[in-house]
Amino acid sequence: MTQVILFNVTNGLIIGAFYVLMALGLSLILNLSNVINFAHGNFLALGGYLAFTLSPALGYWGALLVSPLLTAVIGLAVERLMIRRVYNRDPVYSLLLTFGFAFVMQDAARYIWGPNGLPLGLPDFLSQPINADLFFITWYRVFMVAVVITAVLGLFGFLRFTQVGIRIRAGTLDLETVASLGVNISLLRTFNFALGCLLAGLSGVLAAGQIGLNPNMGDDLLMPSFIAIIVGGVGSLIGTLFGGLLIGMAAALTTVFFPAASEAVIYAIMMIVLLLRPRGLMGEEGMMS
Amino acid sequence: MSTDVATAAVPAMRRPAVPQWARLVVIWGLLITAPYWLPLLGGYTALAGRVLVFGLAAMGLNLLLGFTGVLSFGHAAYFGLGAYGAGLTLRFLVHSTPLAMLAGTLLGGLAGTLFGLLIVRRRGVYFAMCTIAFGQLWYYLAYSWNDFTGGFDGLRDFHREPIGFGPLTLDITAGGPQFYYFLLAVFAIAVTLLGLLVRSPFGHTLRAIRENERRARFLAIPVERQIWLSFSISCFFTALAGTLYALLNNFADPLALHYSLSGYFVVMCVMGGMRTFWGPLLGATVFVVLQDYISSMTVNWMSFVGATFVLVVLFFPRGLLGMRRLRGSA
Repeated sequence: MTQVILFNVTNGLIIGAFYVLMALGLSLILNLSNVINFAHGNFLALGGYLAFTLSPALGYWGALLVSPLLTAVIGLAVERLMIRRVYNRDPVYSLLLTFGFAFVMQDAARYIWGPNGLPLGLPDFLSQPINADLFFITWYRVFMVAVVITAVLGLFGFLRFTQVGIRIRAGTLDLETVASLGVNISLLRTFNFALGCLLAGLSGVLAAGQIGLNPNMGDDLLMPSFIAIIVGGVGSLIGTLFGGLLIGMAAALTTVFFPAASEAVIYAIMMIVLLLRPRGLMGEEGMMS
Repeated sequence: MSTDVATAAVPAMRRPAVPQWARLVVIWGLLITAPYWLPLLGGYTALAGRVLVFGLAAMGLNLLLGFTGVLSFGHAAYFGLGAYGAGLTLRFLVHSTPLAMLAGTLLGGLAGTLFGLLIVRRRGVYFAMCTIAFGQLWYYLAYSWNDFTGGFDGLRDFHREPIGFGPLTLDITAGGPQFYYFLLAVFAIAVTLLGLLVRSPFGHTLRAIRENERRARFLAIPVERQIWLSFSISCFFTALAGTLYALLNNFADPLALHYSLSGYFVVMCVMGGMRTFWGPLLGATVFVVLQDYISSMTVNWMSFVGATFVLVVLFFPRGLLGMRRLRGSA
């Protein structure tokens, strides 16, 4: 029993880590640009597929570094060409735009890489379990969690200590004032969107090593990421972080005792939060209205 | 009082280029004669039935989206709940088409009413995000509760029953014109109700909220309550459309609950013109016909549909009827 619980706790930690990376990217874009990026799951898949294509040439480590960056570049182009045009319009347009574009990206991935699942090869030592008792914990799982922690720390450090990061945070609170202080908010939003896509691409590479690649691999992560944002509180990245971990753990622990309800429990958490604390666990008052 | 706000804020109230009665004659004339002219164009009656069902769902959503200015991206939930409510009633409870429709409509509508209470204070994308996430709850429920809902394969083993009016019986079990006219009758009643609502003082307060929420609040319009009512009513209409969907196919599947369908409903409203009453029906017609045509041509129909969304948003945001009105005003 202890092992079963331990197994699911590590599982929850890993699932939660994916939710966190996904949701942080979504949350960045949502906070600054007021756009829900439905295509975020497809940027995740794109990151994974790029790693698959690049790893024969660059090796796993090269692909791990380069494909998130490439994903960010593609995200940058998408923002410049399309999403930028709907910022000042009714939110229905940005939703429909990313929603439609998600379909196009999914079909494109299916067309380029085929509809069937593909594996992403890992360096040998990462596939080994760390020891015989904890046979279910491979080094890869440890590695994933370490990368996610590094990425999250890097993101928060970036937002706290660099000028661009501080501008992004300020823009989240009051974009008009930031613009009137002479900041080019159009560029800021583009950069911010690319940053969100970078996180999606990174989680895509990591996820591909664990569950393999398929054209709609991001879809299952999208809804929990929305819920992580709602639970954590819109406008608070720390909230998103804890929201993601909370629902990841909750889903994994429910699997131990009542497997059928593992999806339902995250929705139950969302309902309870909306009922008792509508702004989310760490949301700012008025951010959501 | 509320009428003043509405007329001041909605310049579109001016006399339209085509008289209202002529428009109505054309719309209803086309709908009533559809089984006769559709086969000549290579269509089939079930296609027209699907237009009515999705059109009703989109028009129900448009009460919220176009007339109240509140964005729900989760209306498939209420559509699907209507479909499952009707299907489960027919399969497990009672073999009666009207009772199944009632049960489905109540199930979807009440679920929306209760959830609406939780989110009426949210606005914009945050409201949308809550509706998406809540909608997916029902998708997962239908998906994983295999014994009861049939899981991924959908709910089968039920079919629409003949309806008795005293000594007369209306046999709608076959496809074809008879069932189409039944759908059209339900559609007509629902759309008439919707039209009366939009023209009522209540409807004017909704438009006042859409145009300027703060001013509406100063005029003592209870904004949260009106949005909640608008959300609930639109859920009831969409759920009714859902019950018709189950009757049309004799089948209810989890995809009827999936958020992609919510997106389709929204695009129907936008494509047809969400600031117009009949726009969503036109949008639904275009969508259903396009989907039917493209999916018979290529397996990659998703990218065509997605590209259509992108093009509509970037180059055609006012929709078909919205364009006409714009030209009429120039």
